[in-house]
Amino acid sequence: MLWAVATVTFFAVRLIPGDPAEAILGGPGSQTSPEALAAVRAEYGLDQPLLVQYLQQLGRLATGDLGRSYALNMDVGPLVLSQIGGTLVLAVLSLAVAWLIALVLATWSTGRGRLAARIGTGLEIVAAALPHFWLATTLIVVFSVWWGVLPPISTADARGLVLPVVTLAIPLAGFLGQVMRESLNTALESPFVLSARARGESDRGVLWRHALRHAALPAISLSGWAFGSLISGAVVVETIFARPGLGRTLLNAVTVRDVPVVVGVVMVVALAYILMTIVTDLASGLADPRPTEIGNGGLS
Amino acid sequence: MSELEIQASATGRSAGRSPASAPGGFGSMRVSVVELAAVLVAMLLLTAAIAPRLLAPGDPLAIDPLAAFGAPSWDHWFGTDESGRDIYTRVVDGARDSLLIGLTATVIGLGLGAVLGTIAGTLGAAVDFTVNRFLEVLFAFPGLLLALLFILVFGPGPGSAIVAVGLSTAPGYARIIRAQLLRVRSSAFVEAATVQGLGRGRILARHILPNTLAPLFVLGTLGIGQAIVWAAALSYLGLGAQPPAAEWGAMLSAGRTYITSAWWMSFFPGLFIVITAVCATTLGRSIERRMRHA
Repeated sequence: MLWAVATVTFFAVRLIPGDPAEAILGGPGSQTSPEALAAVRAEYGLDQPLLVQYLQQLGRLATGDLGRSYALNMDVGPLVLSQIGGTLVLAVLSLAVAWLIALVLATWSTGRGRLAARIGTGLEIVAAALPHFWLATTLIVVFSVWWGVLPPISTADARGLVLPVVTLAIPLAGFLGQVMRESLNTALESPFVLSARARGESDRGVLWRHALRHAALPAISLSGWAFGSLISGAVVVETIFARPGLGRTLLNAVTVRDVPVVVGVVMVVALAYILMTIVTDLASGLADPRPTEIGNGGLS
Repeated sequence: MSELEIQASATGRSAGRSPASAPGGFGSMRVSVVELAAVLVAMLLLTAAIAPRLLAPGDPLAIDPLAAFGAPSWDHWFGTDESGRDIYTRVVDGARDSLLIGLTATVIGLGLGAVLGTIAGTLGAAVDFTVNRFLEVLFAFPGLLLALLFILVFGPGPGSAIVAVGLSTAPGYARIIRAQLLRVRSSAFVEAATVQGLGRGRILARHILPNTLAPLFVLGTLGIGQAIVWAAALSYLGLGAQPPAAEWGAMLSAGRTYITSAWWMSFFPGLFIVITAVCATTLGRSIERRMRHA
């Protein structure tokens, strides 16, 4: 899987018009001597045949070497390592908050009649449609400019994390909530709920002890996707809140066409995404109350 | 999984089952207030895109330095920007670009997805396997990452932003279409056609494809909202349409500098992105529900 990702990125990057050696020396239009170009080509291995370069790159990746940045004059591996922490904290916190919002909304609005369900669905659709960049600027205006209670840019302390996390969590909660509501409704109509009720279980007990576990299942398997979309959202959110992290590094690298950094970040994100998918598959297996032989046909 | 698959699956399951979404099976369905509002908003947006001067008679580029950074008022409903241009006029004017970008990206994504999905679903197990692996690789670039990679290769700009968004939505479409194709292929009426001795090509053309492609309309409607949001995100990051253009994402990006003093510059363009996306989702869901009950 990772090999395929590496292959796709390697050959995609080869499609870039222009000479990579020129890009290293300051982009097209810069006055570069043929000697300097040759030296740079030799340093980055660009004078080798394509197949050799490809195999070299795979070899380097296998040993965890992500190459050297064109623009920042440092190795990509340490760069990614120094940035990944902030993004992971952001993503994990946002995922947790999104789960909380979705859970509260879905359980509140289920079994309270049509109006509550409509309000719930409406809130979810709107939340899912909120673009990160707009939500972030609106939150900044309200909480930082008007009320002055939270910092507009991300600071090291916990207060600086609130707005970025909320920005990422609300749209995600919209998606998770939609899925959770559907499965909650399905679960509440299944026979096991009826039998629980017949045993004298209360409404609340049915919801929390029986139905919710079924309802959580599709949302858990979605968390792998959610993690990926959070990292993609981090590109926007980290840029707006001036927060150091993988997303901002990626955007800067795309803007200045720093190919090794882009490839490195994309590889790391793909790896994290694949790992996360495996974890959620395992988690939904554990949470699944049904007999194991039925399985849940986990998402790949 | 993709945003689209979630939206599509949510509508699919809610149809006819949850009492909230389907007001019973009395033949024809009532038009709800929400649906009516969505249709109305869609019509207004289309009017803005086709004939912006009907809704906003002013010139979107008219500069009035004396009126710069005006807060929303009776003269300027949404306020004015740094050159005194009327934000309301510019937002109305931007509808054309934003809708066109969303539509084109959706058509590209849906077209690519339809081709991939149909190839996977019809040309046998080996092809299906290969296409599926390919899609899985694409899914490993979550969200905007594929679009960013595309822009890295082909450079920033409105054109490459459109293709980039189309490309990154294609895997989601392809997977839904393939699943639908397999469902239709194993259904009873296809078996009946096979038993009657119809040829494979004829069954595919007359029975399977029409039943697979009809839901594309719903998918496209659901997808437009997402495509507009993503394209605007790219513009906002400076990788799509550039600020002088009245595209909503670019307007937001231009307003970012003045966020502490002139919130209206970024608030209203963004609000219209949200309204458009919600409108598209609502319409897509209601069409889906009606098709299911028809």
